[in-house]
Amino acid sequence: MSEYIHHDKDRISVGVVEKQYFSFAAPPDEMVLESGARLGPVVLAYETYGTLASDRRNAVLVLHALSGDSHVAGYYSADDEKPGWWDCMVGPGKGIDTDKFFVICANVIGSCMGSTGPSSINPATGRAFGLEFPVVTIGDMVTAQKALVDHLGIDRLLCVVGGSIGGMQVLEWCVRYPERVVSAIPLATTMRHSALAIAFNEVARQSIMADPNWNHGDYYERAKPALGLAVARMIGHITYLSDESMRHKFGRRLQDKSDFSFNFDADFQVESYLRYQGRKFVDRFDANSFLYITKAADYFDLGKQHGGGSAVKALSKARARFLVISFTSDWLYPTYQAKEIVKALKKNGRDVSFCEIEAEWGHDAFLIPGERLPKLIRGFLERVHHGGAE
Amino acid sequence: MRYDLQIIASWIEPGSKVIDLGCGEGDLLQHLITHKGVQGTGIELNEEKVARCIEKGLSVLQGDINKEVHDYPEGLFDYVILSQTLQQVFQPDELIRAMLRIGRKGIVSFPNFSHWQIRLQLLFSGYAPVSRQLPYQWFDTPNIRVITLKDFRKFAQDVGLKVLKEAAIDTHSQDRFGSIVKWFPNLRATYGIFMIGGSEAE
Repeated sequence: MSEYIHHDKDRISVGVVEKQYFSFAAPPDEMVLESGARLGPVVLAYETYGTLASDRRNAVLVLHALSGDSHVAGYYSADDEKPGWWDCMVGPGKGIDTDKFFVICANVIGSCMGSTGPSSINPATGRAFGLEFPVVTIGDMVTAQKALVDHLGIDRLLCVVGGSIGGMQVLEWCVRYPERVVSAIPLATTMRHSALAIAFNEVARQSIMADPNWNHGDYYERAKPALGLAVARMIGHITYLSDESMRHKFGRRLQDKSDFSFNFDADFQVESYLRYQGRKFVDRFDANSFLYITKAADYFDLGKQHGGGSAVKALSKARARFLVISFTSDWLYPTYQAKEIVKALKKNGRDVSFCEIEAEWGHDAFLIPGERLPKLIRGFLERVHHGGAE
Repeated sequence: MRYDLQIIASWIEPGSKVIDLGCGEGDLLQHLITHKGVQGTGIELNEEKVARCIEKGLSVLQGDINKEVHDYPEGLFDYVILSQTLQQVFQPDELIRAMLRIGRKGIVSFPNFSHWQIRLQLLFSGYAPVSRQLPYQWFDTPNIRVITLKDFRKFAQDVGLKVLKEAAIDTHSQDRFGSIVKWFPNLRATYGIFMIGGSEAE
């Protein structure tokens, strides 16, 4: 997602922010995961922006996607090159207005951006967990976030919002802790992965695991499976774009040449772009975390987990007001999957708004600066802020 | 707000639960929420209009009313509103039945095809009528149904619906002003508005 992050064109920003850490579930009170495994102590890296109101009713929890982190908006220092990943949405006067709302985002467990994950030190061995890290689920991620929200003294979240895997966490929050969520905005997401989505994740995982440097996940003291992770990212990246956006962005244009090289160098711009994105990703992301988080996304099935196979039954637990959003060119989580969420909410008589935004950018559309999405989110938040719970 | 919507609004009990099918930019919903304290939601096909509604803080979902009307639980709403849309619906009988499944009462408004100007146009010119309420040619009109006030009353009787309230009005399609037509409504009204209920409705 980092390729979309730019300085705000009007230089509006939450300013310099700081990553904080919250540690909980210290033994013997470890967190019990959905798999039954125990994990502790657990550290969550998180950031907050804006001010918590005296009645503590203005907190908005942002939930990030696969490769995201707690750094939603602002800068770590005055000369930081890039702001956080959703700087176009979160800030003073923006879609999620930090003048009004207290915004929280935590890195998910299993990730590698400061929260406990496979690259963290296993207290039992003194070495990085690697594959000894237990498989975590979307539900486990949310349980950990709830511990942070409790720690911050917030009884009810005005809104939980997130796209993609972040959107799965939004849905999970609504059924796992219904009384804690006033409103919810699942963006470009699904109640469960299609075979297509699982297939792409599996190919990406295979690419990592086929890299000899992966070494069954035990590589933290030696060379990383850089090639495998880069290819995994390239595959992922294709699924985040669309036929239309790739045609516009690259077409069949060649990279720095006027004719084919007649070898296997990157001839086309799209090849060169994907190679660059792959290489860049290796510098900032851990291959094992990629395996764990994609697996959590594949396992996610709201209806199966919370409704005995029925999404309608699962969402009957939810109490929030919903704004569901999909994008026309998102073929990873197509609109029909968002409509399934809407349908299940309607069958439960829940308050739900839905908009399918015309966008050529594919699944990544929710991350790209634009007019429509911030306006929708602003209008929705305004209503739930003043209207309160249903 | 459009005159026909003002009449519809005057029929809605304060604090009730309302859904507006084809809600446009949400003028009626906004009015009902502000002035009648209703719990309102809407369905609209056009993305731009849906976005306007949500930006205003309305609860609206994007979709085709003929499909979206089906997913709600029985009797969820007190009123289901279909204003100036019935004449564009492919299967009006099915839609009206669905409306009265999800709501206790339905309110429909539509342009009256038996207005004297339309009658005269057809009689004297021999061409399919074009009026301010129905401003299209036969080949490009979205208004695929021609309905008169008498037709609707007969329809209601035939399918066993109760007409709980009705108003014949003289107004133009987007006009804020208009008047109730008391005498010879089927001849003089440009629009009809009906509140209907199932056979067991009071």
